[in-house]
Amino acid sequence: MNAATETVPLIELRGAEKSYGAVRALTGADLAIRAGTCVGLVGHNGAGKSTLVGILNGGVAPDRGAIVVDGVERTGAHSIAAARAAGLRCVFQELSLCPNLTVAENVRILHAGLGGWGWRKRAGRLIVAELDAIFPDHAIAPGRVLGDLSISERQMVEIAIAFLDVAAPVRAVILDEPTSSLDGSRAADLLAHVRRFVRRGGAVVFISHILSEVLSVTDRTVVMKDGRIVADRPSTAFDVSSLVQAMGSVARESAASRPLRSGADAPILEGPGDFKARAGEIVGFAGLAGHGQSEALRGLFRQGSSDWIAGHVTRAAFVAGDRQVDGVFPLWSILWNATATVLPRLVRRGLIDRHAEAAFGLEWQARIGIRTPDMAAPILSLSGGNQQKALFARALGSSAPVVLMDDPMRGVDVGTKQEVYLRLRAEAEAGRTFVWYSTEMDEISLCDRVYVFRDRAIVAEFAGPDVTEANVLAASFRSAAA
Amino acid sequence: MRTDLLRVLVPAFSFALLLGVVFWLQPRTMSYLGLNLLFNLAVPIALATIAQMIVIALDDLDLSIGAFVSFCACVTATFLNDAPLVGAAILLGAIGVYALVGAVIWLRDLPSIVVSLGMSFVWSGLAVLILPSPGGAAPEWVRAVMTVRPPVLPMAIVASLAIAAVAHLVVMRSSFGTALRGVGGNARSMQRAGWSVLSLRAGAYALAGLFGVMAGVALVGLTTAADANIALRYTLLTIAGVILGGGEFNGGRVSAIGAVIGALTLTLAASFLTFLRLSNDWQIGAQGAILILVLAVRLVLNRRESYR
Repeated sequence: MNAATETVPLIELRGAEKSYGAVRALTGADLAIRAGTCVGLVGHNGAGKSTLVGILNGGVAPDRGAIVVDGVERTGAHSIAAARAAGLRCVFQELSLCPNLTVAENVRILHAGLGGWGWRKRAGRLIVAELDAIFPDHAIAPGRVLGDLSISERQMVEIAIAFLDVAAPVRAVILDEPTSSLDGSRAADLLAHVRRFVRRGGAVVFISHILSEVLSVTDRTVVMKDGRIVADRPSTAFDVSSLVQAMGSVARESAASRPLRSGADAPILEGPGDFKARAGEIVGFAGLAGHGQSEALRGLFRQGSSDWIAGHVTRAAFVAGDRQVDGVFPLWSILWNATATVLPRLVRRGLIDRHAEAAFGLEWQARIGIRTPDMAAPILSLSGGNQQKALFARALGSSAPVVLMDDPMRGVDVGTKQEVYLRLRAEAEAGRTFVWYSTEMDEISLCDRVYVFRDRAIVAEFAGPDVTEANVLAASFRSAAA
Repeated sequence: MRTDLLRVLVPAFSFALLLGVVFWLQPRTMSYLGLNLLFNLAVPIALATIAQMIVIALDDLDLSIGAFVSFCACVTATFLNDAPLVGAAILLGAIGVYALVGAVIWLRDLPSIVVSLGMSFVWSGLAVLILPSPGGAAPEWVRAVMTVRPPVLPMAIVASLAIAAVAHLVVMRSSFGTALRGVGGNARSMQRAGWSVLSLRAGAYALAGLFGVMAGVALVGLTTAADANIALRYTLLTIAGVILGGGEFNGGRVSAIGAVIGALTLTLAASFLTFLRLSNDWQIGAQGAILILVLAVRLVLNRRESYR
């Protein structure tokens, strides 16, 4: 092998194990991160990736096994601070900056070495320089409050902060689903930067559910399944389908295109511009991230609901994409999260019928496959994908004829996605209408009809066989190319 | 930037409006002496509001601040006057207890409302033990500080400006202040970034305690005597002041300058109603109405901002 593999790893796990109660999150993982390489980490939600990352970055102490940093065993002494001192940085799946602080203040928070007079100015200069380097033409000012930025801008800031050299040089960066909130061109910017960083001798652990992305950017790919590392090979040895096979989920068969619905049906929903949706249709909102799709969905939702009267007849249900912000009730159980929209139906004599509620929970747990021994467990005990399933149950279980989905598959594993796609198909066949904003082409191609957004307006509509990646991309980028 | 600015502009504008109306109703207030009379009781309220703001920045709520300020006032009018060293030691100890409360709330994952409500009875009880009936005397130097007559601007205005400036520097501009607002915004990511949330919270509560102590001392300097119930209404006044000043109950979104303006606005609202010759029975209700009006304006502006 080449020289890089013979050097001492920056950080190495040997036989790391971790259990949470009865759940064995990690069973004997061996992993070495070396300078100048990019390692891809793929696997289902719940395969143990997050635990592995937690152990690497010092946030989680393994029950058994060794942590070796620069060739020195540091098992007991490894901590978040120690990992940072060793030059290890982490970008987490869920955005983890402080939304009430400005961009510059967030830089300060994540870089303890940035004290002293004038830190605000210095932090601002540093972050803008780094953003310029990774995402050209980003237009993010350091004085902006983070909560005022779009979700993709926030993600860009978080990535830039991780790559920032303050006090100690950055030697390794763990990117957990970094592209899930970025659109195609920003994701490409990031991948290019990752390659530059690796060429300069940095190490990257790249976690993504977009397998083509993983294969294109990484040197080595590690596949996890049920808390174990099941494959660790050069990325060139994989292709997308062999990777999916290694993860243990069935390869995606191309969705059989359905006959186009006749345009004669009266639309069930009409919206901004030419937007129309008919019963039983899956309508996609495509385009680059942040071009008004989420706002349009929210507008549609407001049309079909009332701020004042919580009626028994809801016209539209909503599946949120930003789980942390407007999806889960973090203190509630899985069951309560799932039944939030259907409670009016489960009421008897003004009180909630506990038996009916539990029955609803069991039914949907089985239908959509929420992996938990107990629906009364707190929602946060689930992995991200399973939390999202509970949110799907909340929307699909309602009687609403229209379901609006705001990029709900963000950071969800391939297997879960397939289960949900099948469910959506079945529901659409039964006459339900879906309006689906997605940043992933695979999902857009599942739609019957697609509206492409650009600059907060619908610029193109494709139906049936015209829903192709080429068409959608051409429509999303037209102004950029002109 | 824009949200930040809006946070301060709305309270500043409503304050200016109210001040204009008061000047129009009673032109004599537009003088050195008039302004001082109008605002000197605002100084301890502003200090206590900053204390409340620091706690709210952590996503907590302090229901004990009124009782705490009363306790500090009683200590100032007795121990600090008779035996300055003992008095100072008691006040320092009280700040330590505040820090401890902040740490315990985090360690045991308790709701701050419950803990601080409990503490309010502790502080009230101690205050009654120290001063069973109204009395005591203000230490000479405290009296001197609170009745000083600086040139150009009266003491009340100078003090308010100073409080706003110091609080802004400490809470909004310094690293420590940024970190403590970060705890309110996303405590988990603060931990992940290697900060000790425990010491940040303890430090923030200690700082709140310090401002509470200063409020008690300043209050005695104005009233020259103390009473165990002297500042009980501060609890609600300070919460209203923080919110009126552009702060929010959660998410670490506060404004130090806004909080001081909020405190001044609430004091001014009371004078305004007096000048209207509104009977005392209606004053509390009318004060509430002013509060609702200002908050409604802010809500409308915020909405417009987020829908655009």
